[in-house]
Amino acid sequence: MSQPESALAEAQGGGRAPESLAALAERHGLRRAIARPSMPAYLRQLWDRRHFILTYATSRNVSKYSESMLGQLWQVLTPLLNAAVYWLMFGVILGQSKSIENYPAFLITGVMVFTFTQRTVISGAKSISSNLSLIRALHFPRASLPLAYTMQELQQLGYSMAVLVLLVLVTGEPITWLWLLIPVTLLTQLVFNIGMAMFMARLGAFMRDLNQLMPFITRTWLYASGVFYAIDDKTRDLPEILRWVLEFNPAAAYIEFMRDLLIYQRFPERWAWVTCLFWAVFALIVGFWYFWRAEERYGRG
Amino acid sequence: MAELTEELSQVAPQNSETQNSKTQNSETRNPKVGSPTVIVDDLHIVYKVYGAASESEKGNAANALMRILRRQGRPQMKEVHAVKGVSFVAHHGDAIGIIGRNGSGKSTLLRAIAGLLPPHKGAVYTNGQPSLLGVNAALMKELTGERNIILGCYAMGMSPAEVREKYDEIVDFSGIGDFVQFPMSTYSSGMGARLRFAISSAKTHDVLLIDEALATGDRDFKRKSQQRIKQMRDSAGTVFLVAHNLDVIEETCNRVIWLHKGKIRMEGDPQEVLEAYNKA
Repeated sequence: MSQPESALAEAQGGGRAPESLAALAERHGLRRAIARPSMPAYLRQLWDRRHFILTYATSRNVSKYSESMLGQLWQVLTPLLNAAVYWLMFGVILGQSKSIENYPAFLITGVMVFTFTQRTVISGAKSISSNLSLIRALHFPRASLPLAYTMQELQQLGYSMAVLVLLVLVTGEPITWLWLLIPVTLLTQLVFNIGMAMFMARLGAFMRDLNQLMPFITRTWLYASGVFYAIDDKTRDLPEILRWVLEFNPAAAYIEFMRDLLIYQRFPERWAWVTCLFWAVFALIVGFWYFWRAEERYGRG
Repeated sequence: MAELTEELSQVAPQNSETQNSKTQNSETRNPKVGSPTVIVDDLHIVYKVYGAASESEKGNAANALMRILRRQGRPQMKEVHAVKGVSFVAHHGDAIGIIGRNGSGKSTLLRAIAGLLPPHKGAVYTNGQPSLLGVNAALMKELTGERNIILGCYAMGMSPAEVREKYDEIVDFSGIGDFVQFPMSTYSSGMGARLRFAISSAKTHDVLLIDEALATGDRDFKRKSQQRIKQMRDSAGTVFLVAHNLDVIEETCNRVIWLHKGKIRMEGDPQEVLEAYNKA
């Protein structure tokens, strides 16, 4: 299909220069248009685009609810309704609440923390494939897109956290000094989400069917992450290795960390700290590197 | 720059047109003035097209899983060989018009020059960063004109200081007035086009690629935008222009490339090429 058909072009375009075009380009210091920048240069470009990333994230959030009557109120209503649905299902109907103390707070914390990662992963997978026209029109480091989508979810998280804190207080938990650690755990989770969004963005860009599979993947993840149940409680009979895998699950780790702070009023164990930090650093490095490796190929197909 | 635009727009249109064509003629006689800015060397572009899927073929998540397991591509996926071995050299001061029927590869060629589509074979060599005059993709129609101006400017890589500096100029140039406070979805198509052109031409470019930006808008806006292009060409060096409106090409360009089915059918002096194109 791609046989060279340059004879005609040469007769018309190549006739003007006696030397080859490549040599002519080199003589005048012209470079190939497509080249992947080095990692430091790429990071610098990305930093220069920080205003675009933030404005794009805010704009998407504003336009997302602009068609609905209640408008921005949905940013608060969505997490509230989500929590209500799960509470009805697992708290009232399935009766989980009997074995876990303060089940509403337990559940809502799990839902909010998990939703932050879940939504970032899903939108990250779409961030390249649904912005092809933008990628084909303008130059910018492509990592801006998964980053902007992550920032968009971070803004949404602001509303969810307000709802979460309010509900936790309503269920009777006290405010403690441990609450000062909330931004720390959210920051590690954010870093983890950035890495995941980058990773998923590249996967989603070249594996178009991924978006169809995402609901399955994230739902499985949801059920495995101890959002509705206490992992150590339910996994007592499982083999050691499986328990270890479930506890090492990043989503479960971030959820447990937040529950320690908000509900159990205890300083998280060293194991929890290590898991949360490990996943943040690991996801960021791997995700960013993986995304950057294909920088010049986004938007091709 | 705003003052300059105003000054120019006060000149009667006929007058400026004759001036234009005079400068073009002098350039046409000596087209190799200056060093090359863009070299396109036996360029082939192949891209994949997804879509054209009927509702029944789109399938659900389970179908997607089966396709991945069987390592099948999507049945609707097609490869399009849009540009088939194009070569040319563009120099400083060139304004090159690209004409051709729908689907002849004009827009693809522009995107390849801009470095936005990787070549399948061959290469594009450039000096500096060619920019496509196409901020449209970054704008969101649900947002107000004001927000879109800021978003578009950032998308083109401006700093906050530059955005503040250019903001009023963009609003003035677009001539949309108070509509800037309304969502873009409420704009007429002409107003939308004016705002988009105003935003995307607010930045100075080394090599500028314009794809059908001037097709819409009234006569007054057309004249304003042509003057803006001329200014950019004087400062930038090289302008590529894709248009179906041949008058625009004849007035602004000193060279024309006629693409036909992804290959160069004819290239050279605007009058000759346009004459042949009109006969074909």
